Amino acid sequence: MARKIRIPATKYPVERFTLGNGLRVVLAPDRSAPVVGVAAVYDVGIRSEPQGRTGFAHLFEHLMFQGSANLEKLAHFRHVQGAGGTFNGSTHLDYTDYYETLPSNALERALFLEADRMRGPRLTEENLRNQVDVVKEEIRVNVLNRPYGGFPWLKLPPVMFDTFPNAHDGYGSFDDLESATVADAAGFFERYYAGGNAVLTVAGDLDVDDCRRLVERHFGDVPKRPAPKRPDFAEPDLTAERRASYPDPLAPLPAVAAAWRVPDPVTDFAGYLPYVVLAEVLTDGDAARLQQRLVLRDRTVTTVGGYLGFMGEPFEVRDPTALLLQAHLPPGGDVEKVLRAVDEELDRLATGGTSRGELARVQARMATHLLRDTDAVLGRALRMAVLEQQRGAPELINDLPRLIGEVTEEQIRAAAAALRPDRRAAIEVVPGGRP
Amino acid sequence: MTHVLPALGPARKLKLPRQAERTLPNGLTVVAVRRAAVPLVEVRLRVPFPRAHLARASLLSQSLFTGTAGMSTVEIAAELQTVGGALSAGLDPDRLLISGNGLVSGLDRLLELLAEVLTGAAYPGDEVATERERLADQIQLAGSQPQHLARVALLKRVYGNHPYGVQTPEAEQVRAVRPAQLRALHGERLHPGGSVLVLVGDLPPEKALDAAEKALGGWNGGGKQAVLPPAPEPRPGPLLLVDRPGAVQSSLRMALPAVPRTHPDHAALQLANLIFGGYFSSRWVENIREDKGYTYGPNSLVEHASAGSVLTVNADVATEVTAPALLETQYELGRLAALPPDEAELEQARQYALGTLLLGASTQAGLAGLLSTYAGFGLRLDFLAEHAARLAAATRAEVAAAAARYLAPARAVTVVLGDAEKVGGPLSALTAVEPAA
Repeated sequence: MARKIRIPATKYPVERFTLGNGLRVVLAPDRSAPVVGVAAVYDVGIRSEPQGRTGFAHLFEHLMFQGSANLEKLAHFRHVQGAGGTFNGSTHLDYTDYYETLPSNALERALFLEADRMRGPRLTEENLRNQVDVVKEEIRVNVLNRPYGGFPWLKLPPVMFDTFPNAHDGYGSFDDLESATVADAAGFFERYYAGGNAVLTVAGDLDVDDCRRLVERHFGDVPKRPAPKRPDFAEPDLTAERRASYPDPLAPLPAVAAAWRVPDPVTDFAGYLPYVVLAEVLTDGDAARLQQRLVLRDRTVTTVGGYLGFMGEPFEVRDPTALLLQAHLPPGGDVEKVLRAVDEELDRLATGGTSRGELARVQARMATHLLRDTDAVLGRALRMAVLEQQRGAPELINDLPRLIGEVTEEQIRAAAAALRPDRRAAIEVVPGGRP
Repeated sequence: MTHVLPALGPARKLKLPRQAERTLPNGLTVVAVRRAAVPLVEVRLRVPFPRAHLARASLLSQSLFTGTAGMSTVEIAAELQTVGGALSAGLDPDRLLISGNGLVSGLDRLLELLAEVLTGAAYPGDEVATERERLADQIQLAGSQPQHLARVALLKRVYGNHPYGVQTPEAEQVRAVRPAQLRALHGERLHPGGSVLVLVGDLPPEKALDAAEKALGGWNGGGKQAVLPPAPEPRPGPLLLVDRPGAVQSSLRMALPAVPRTHPDHAALQLANLIFGGYFSSRWVENIREDKGYTYGPNSLVEHASAGSVLTVNADVATEVTAPALLETQYELGRLAALPPDEAELEQARQYALGTLLLGASTQAGLAGLLSTYAGFGLRLDFLAEHAARLAAATRAEVAAAAARYLAPARAVTVVLGDAEKVGGPLSALTAVEPAA
């Protein structure tokens, strides 16, 4: 038996300040490679889009790339890539991010580009129609034209939740997307894309004083607008199991996903962390509990995975959220049997606890994952930006491996005990469209 | 205040990290590079695996970690986890690649476990039976994915009977594989001669080499070496239309000739490909996505394999615009093959190519992947600098010549997977169409 390995930590220095217009800025210098990651994160996501406008937060993200005051359409892409960089953006439940990774001699250029669209994107009918078409193709390629499209991230929330913000399809219906107007977009920008509702992070090859001056130069004159108050999206926990199934004509094999509500990731971080570890105890690698039971012993599933948050981002999601398990079954597989075995394994963990070394090895592996994510300047910039936005604590990035390592067996047992069938929402994919 | 695009600062020099290399007496080459940013280590072991029986090799890669004489699947995984590690194997027609990572303080243990598996994988009957069924299910699953089906059709069309022509076995072929066959294949092919182990992480390269020698010095086995015949160039013919009734999108795939990394045309070809469709700010992406809205994520790339290189063009487009999307694709290929690019768009592509070399070498995982891929072609990290110099030097005339030679639409092999009833007619207006058998 190997002795317990020491969990290491990173020591990225973190510099925070706020501009007069309310923009919060985080700088994290690390000169080990001549590259920088720049992230602008806005505190608006899928949960904030209005009824009748499903998919709008994501559509709007596309519109932020279509030009701004000093940038023609296509200019953003060309300026980033012509500087040797890469870019993207993505829309999440609670935030929307825009980012670049570039050789560090292009840092100021990236700041200029982000500032220009923070002052306001160029919203035109032509660009809107074009991007509605692009988004429809995105939905076709990721959801409609493939098996298991949107499973379970789009399919399980409406089973678990009752209110529109938490339950609706974040990719959006084609009807809603086609109904979107330029005025909707202008209103959405006005309301949510205020400097005070955003965080800017730069990580990597930078000098803090120089970078601070550049940020002030480019973002200083972004007009101050009030940040909207974030609505309360709370919903009560389930008191009885909820089940649903749907046919997927393209899917060859059955699949199932189950979710349980977890403590508030922000206000009750200490209560939440054990669930993050529990998901890995259950599913990470061949030695994980459910892997051993369902894949290797029972052979009732071919793959099983577990994670926190419908989009699989444990440290970038707010309440209400869930621990999810998902599994693909062999031909003719029995979902009931799988869920029963999951219940038995949770019981066994809750009553018997972990075996010798089991928790420590899972924690060591989680440390590797966390450290690996932060080796890339962009991974660091994005995580720090959201930690600042949701918690005001970007330096938490350095502490996560240690905090994960401090979760105790008792906490794991309690978390496992809380995943009762009567608090569960589950959805089943019926292959081939047969009921 | 006016807002003017700031100029770029002075270009950052590509600074290659120091690498160390040692060939062990058993023939294993070990390459190590230090990147100290996070206290981890990345591991890649590349074992040449050409001309192996496809179903057996596929199942072998999936069953490699299912047990040795002394350890079970679960024990191997648990011991790896104990040092924050994990290892897994993947296969393509050139090589078996074992990849993993872990806390750098656990490197010795991780390599010990790797050695345990390399020298003692037992392919226990029960475990192999489990993996066999899982692999068969995965293959069935892949068969329902349009991207996979389009790729299968393109490979078959381009490579025919060459080993690159079929890269996924049939589920039934996998079900016929026996554990004894896996043990035999392992004995024949998993040996250190010709294999390259790459270690990138937070430790001095010499220490990494010593750790590898200590753990893997005893890995042995004669075994045979196999060599692939050269891959055929894409042979143009009628568009192959593969029917997928009811599909809401068509998967458009093309293959064009290309050259290996070390070929004198390679840098110019890479730049020509970027200008055509190899990055977002390319003619083709700006046309069919940002102007026409036909597609979400079109891409074109030069794919290198040991027996040959090929340029592939890939887009998933709405069913109703399948023919218009093909038309624009042919137009953009033809425009670049017939007319030289602008200086400005060449410079933009060049900066992108050079910049992404820097980005790719800025993480442990990026460096490890790059080193391992290069090693498969007998190259080392210094090739990165050579390639950067060639990209910097490529002239407009060279890029135009490469485009004329390699991007000519007349040389393309084209496959479309989609609803044949809906797209067959419109496609026939543009080119000869042959329905898939």
